[in-house]
Amino acid sequence: MSIATPNGFQLDNSGKRVVVDPITRIEGHLRIEVNVDENNIIRNAVSTGTMWRGLEVILRGRDPRDAWAFVQRICGVCTGTHALASIRSVENALGIEIPENANTIRNIMHLTLFAQDHLVHFYHLHALDWVDVVSALSADPKATSELAQSLSSWPMSSPGYFRDLQNRLKKFVESGQLGPFRNGYWGHPAYKLPPEANLMAVAHYLEALDFQKEIVKIQAIFGGRNPHPNWLVGGVPSPINLNDVGAVGAINMERLNMVGRIIDRTIEFIDQVYIPDLLAIASFYKDWASIGGGLSSKYLMSYGDLPKSANNYSPDNMMFPTGVIIDGNLNEVLPIDLMKEDEVQEFVNHSWYKYADEATGLHPLKGETVPNFDIGGAKGTRTAIEAVDEASKYSWVKAPRWKGHAMEVGPLARFVIGYVKGQEDIKALVDPVLAQLGVPVTALFSTLGRTAARGLECTWAAHKLKDEYNKLLANIKAGDINTANMANFEPSTWKKSAQGVGFVEAPRGALAHWIDIEDKKIKNYQCVVPTTWNASPRDPAGKIGAYEAALLDTPMHDPNLPLEILRTIHSFDPCLACATHVLDMEGNELTSVKVR
Amino acid sequence: MGRQETFYELIRRQGISRRNFLKFCSLSAASLGLAPHFAGKIAHAMETKPRVPVLWLHGLECTCCTESFIRSAHPLAKDVILSMVSLDYDDTIMAAAGHQAEQAIEDVMRDYKGQYILAVEGNPPLAEDGIFCIPGGKPFVDKLKHVAADAAAVIAWGSCASWGCVQAAKPNPTQATPIHKVIKNKPIVKVPGCPPIAEVMTGVITYYVTFGELPALDKQGRPLMFYSQRVHDKCYRRCHFDAGQFAETFDDRGSREGYCLYKVGCRGPTTYNACSTTRWNEGVSFPIASGHGCLGCSEPDFWDNGPFYERLQTFPQFGAEATANRIGATAAAVVGVGIAAHAGLTALRQAKVKPNSPAETDKRA
Repeated sequence: MSIATPNGFQLDNSGKRVVVDPITRIEGHLRIEVNVDENNIIRNAVSTGTMWRGLEVILRGRDPRDAWAFVQRICGVCTGTHALASIRSVENALGIEIPENANTIRNIMHLTLFAQDHLVHFYHLHALDWVDVVSALSADPKATSELAQSLSSWPMSSPGYFRDLQNRLKKFVESGQLGPFRNGYWGHPAYKLPPEANLMAVAHYLEALDFQKEIVKIQAIFGGRNPHPNWLVGGVPSPINLNDVGAVGAINMERLNMVGRIIDRTIEFIDQVYIPDLLAIASFYKDWASIGGGLSSKYLMSYGDLPKSANNYSPDNMMFPTGVIIDGNLNEVLPIDLMKEDEVQEFVNHSWYKYADEATGLHPLKGETVPNFDIGGAKGTRTAIEAVDEASKYSWVKAPRWKGHAMEVGPLARFVIGYVKGQEDIKALVDPVLAQLGVPVTALFSTLGRTAARGLECTWAAHKLKDEYNKLLANIKAGDINTANMANFEPSTWKKSAQGVGFVEAPRGALAHWIDIEDKKIKNYQCVVPTTWNASPRDPAGKIGAYEAALLDTPMHDPNLPLEILRTIHSFDPCLACATHVLDMEGNELTSVKVR
Repeated sequence: MGRQETFYELIRRQGISRRNFLKFCSLSAASLGLAPHFAGKIAHAMETKPRVPVLWLHGLECTCCTESFIRSAHPLAKDVILSMVSLDYDDTIMAAAGHQAEQAIEDVMRDYKGQYILAVEGNPPLAEDGIFCIPGGKPFVDKLKHVAADAAAVIAWGSCASWGCVQAAKPNPTQATPIHKVIKNKPIVKVPGCPPIAEVMTGVITYYVTFGELPALDKQGRPLMFYSQRVHDKCYRRCHFDAGQFAETFDDRGSREGYCLYKVGCRGPTTYNACSTTRWNEGVSFPIASGHGCLGCSEPDFWDNGPFYERLQTFPQFGAEATANRIGATAAAVVGVGIAAHAGLTALRQAKVKPNSPAETDKRA
């Protein structure tokens, strides 16, 4: 049956149903089902989150200052983003201001994550969709060297280097124990890179695996470790002491030098390895600049982030742009108010929860989360689902909407919004790449565009990291070493009840936490996270979410080998542990709810 | 299936010289805290053993364990994955998806029955027949039991698999359950922490690959080599604790001078982990060194042992409140008490510890 969705897509579920579960190389658990027509073109797509942990239920009654540690465990991949949203929500609720150094150090921590997380996504979660590891075995190491040297001045590029690597790979493959490369889609006709490009990419896959652990040492310096560094309501936990008794145990000259050195190396690696690889690989896959667009040409949202100065979260003080694009109108970027009840709302009529009235959505501060694992007309049983029923409930992910619109969030949204707002630092990155690939600006609205925007954002973040580092040094030089404002840290200083919101642009997109504090304890806590937006199921109006929209009209070579599905889904960098966290705001006893 | 290739054959064929191979073995021995003559044993093990298949499953979790694992500097995660074990299933990094991914599990279970390692990140929720985690459309708990059935041994990565961790904090709405309550008949090594330290994770794997057996465990199933002492025991700020020098709040004079963080909530005195010695991110830091107290993330039920910024109320060996205050007043006298109390606890712990095989442990001591 063919139906038109209110947000402009055509769905037809009459063709062959294909189930891909698990979607691998993501965070968390995601299932994708599609229907393909007789030409193996995707005509219907269904996105199902397959886990729920209930973290926000667990937060109820706890100390608001501890919340960051709990919600940080929503996700260990984008580690820190939820913690940052949480401490901002508490500071917003209680009116706590932080020192300038704390704002800068938080920016450094956050940008460090962007650099590492985007790098790991490109090489370790996404590259194998484009790079054929087995093809690399037939590369000519000398030609590989010439290719690498034509693209970049990165020094690890000699014929001998690639020959050694190829030998290692060859013997690994010959051992018969293929480990993570077992059962891959090697030899699939959708792989287009020549063997030399494949060999170069495999070399950088391994180099990036070694290097990513260096980047996050910045988080370890300020936060004690990574993953899951430490944060603090009111500032940052690491004190600065350059020139006084006990400086060896604080952020001192040696620690700052280490940060500076890591930043320089990070910029080098991203600009000399990641970006050249991205452009080289993209040049072989230009057809993917017109596949997988989904919502991206019409509905994009960014909350904005990286305050230039402390305690001012207004759009003009943010390095990341703020705003919403709807109905494909790129001439107008609309403002966002996260506390307004009619803007961000969540729907559950296709999610495994129940509302009293499922035709309506609820603002996070009024949200409800009562599990309701009703699989409707799904094929199979509730403990062995063969195919979900998208006409009924089919996901642990809720359906968030902004003024009723399904939204795409993430690097592409940020870059397009920044671009159309005329943000110079973003235009300066986007324009040369479009020129180099010889594609129009509309090429951004695609699987390839999403992947390219992430790469550009990675270099953007690495250079901003340097700026923030210099800002920190300048402020210390000006005599300010404060890192925490403890004036309102003690609960005895708090008002009886307070509500707040903390928002962040996470690597995967717009993230916000809403908190309701009463009698010094958390009364209610709610997160609406990037992957909730992107992996969203349908809503009462029948609007489909970003993943589902992006998969439509994609031609598959062989529906049994889901490479094309992986390409588009991975271009969003899914994080399902994040997506499936919701809170019962009404104080219902979840443990006593009987799920039918 | 043909004869399996050994680790030694593999790295020789990768062009690594025997001399460098032996150097690697010495470094491995050192990183495991073993005497130099164990380098020979490691070399022998690697020359004769095939790569052990590892099936790494994810339940309810946040993937911080995988992220920590790839931070390992010695050995590099790359070398563990390519050369030490055969990581045949790990949905976070594997190339295949869907049917092709699930097939890898069945193939390894068939070809390496009783020989593979099951590594578990996260835990199964048992409420409502397990429907809060249904990768592949089926309850994760069933997949976990299925793969455990023919495993040689099981590694419980992190506090989720070991204790339950954050989703099992009160009121544990999904009934998230540590894996030892579901897998009853297999040896389980718990490697707790949220996440565990990278080199602790790869150290446990290297130990197994090298010696062909699990490391000595404490009564609760944790490797003695990394979890037998408290963060507090080896903390470099311990001298300030003993001298009664405390940070009273964040960013105060005491904090800037690196005083003890006990009064701002540090859980180091009750937390068994290697953070203060092995440290994090190739030794760059650990929480206390960067100014924040230890949250106690490798301890059972640490989430319900808050609020985190209040000083410990239940110091196991002496009255915390009283002692910390007395320390401030009469430091010298309290130092004596502290040492005596610590000695008493250490003796108690030693009495409780029951390694898997005392004889084996002695040989290695």
